[in-house]
Amino acid sequence: MYLYIVAGLALLVSLIFSREKTIRALKIAARQFIRILPTFLVMIILVSIVLYLVPDEFISRYLGSDNKFAGVALASLLGSVTVMPGFIAFPLAGILLQKGVAYMVIAAFTTTLMMVGVLTAPIEKEYFGLKVTVIRNVISFFIALTVAVMIGFFFGEIFQ
Amino acid sequence: MKQSAIIRILVIASYFIFLLFSWSMGFNPGQQIGQNFLSFSVDMLKILPGAFILIGLFEVWVKRETVEKHLGEESGVKGYLWMILLAGTTLGGLYLAFPVAYTLYRKGAKLSVIFTYLGAAAICRIPMTIFEASFLGIKFTAIRWLVSLPLVIITSILLGSYLTRRGYKLSAEK
Repeated sequence: MYLYIVAGLALLVSLIFSREKTIRALKIAARQFIRILPTFLVMIILVSIVLYLVPDEFISRYLGSDNKFAGVALASLLGSVTVMPGFIAFPLAGILLQKGVAYMVIAAFTTTLMMVGVLTAPIEKEYFGLKVTVIRNVISFFIALTVAVMIGFFFGEIFQ
Repeated sequence: MKQSAIIRILVIASYFIFLLFSWSMGFNPGQQIGQNFLSFSVDMLKILPGAFILIGLFEVWVKRETVEKHLGEESGVKGYLWMILLAGTTLGGLYLAFPVAYTLYRKGAKLSVIFTYLGAAAICRIPMTIFEASFLGIKFTAIRWLVSLPLVIITSILLGSYLTRRGYKLSAEK
């Protein structure tokens, strides 16, 4: 909500200084918004289907396996192909933790969720091109794996 | 280009026909997908217009020289700090960071700074971090930040200089 307070105030200040520039800003906003809208529509469609195919119960059932490294591998793949708002992802992570899922598995899931976006790739590609999109996501995937390993190390899970 | 646009329209149309069909026939999976679609659309529509208004204002008011000075080739360490601060206050997710990053780039920010912003927007958003720490503990969040943020900055610099050497230009101008 505070986004609209900020945007509203900014518009007001802008309007005070220059009516003409404010109108130009709104035109730019509308044009960019409309241009990217079809791509967003495709992403939302993909997300709606994936979220149905990979529900919360599926995630918690498969991440709790005894083999932590298999768990990390699976969690990072799941996190890469899923898009979830934080207010769903972290409570879910909390539940997983209580169910005995290792910290490093959770780290692999939440970090890839945040950094790697297979479903947001259409949008990314629209702005940055295919090559950069692929490179950035691959790098992000390995950063997420590193985070998972370090979390495992500091929580004493790796050498158990 | 034309052909892919047609395919995209066909896919979108058949998706909605499927939803309509599921809804009228009481087909459960289709109904759930439809609900997912609605709740996500509402989420996005709540954020996107406000964000694009801010992007528009930025385009109009902020001078190219200002961005170049603070985020351009000569910007140094401060450029990265600015980006991490901006990323920390970014709302939504990566999908919103892309247009912001693109706008900054067009105003003269250098590539490594842009990639730092994208990475940091994924991992350093303050509201999300608070949420994470309350469910997984401060130790978890602290380790994640300390490991991921330096890696994001280092890889951004490497990727930025690689692409600059190759004469890369962002392709969205059509």
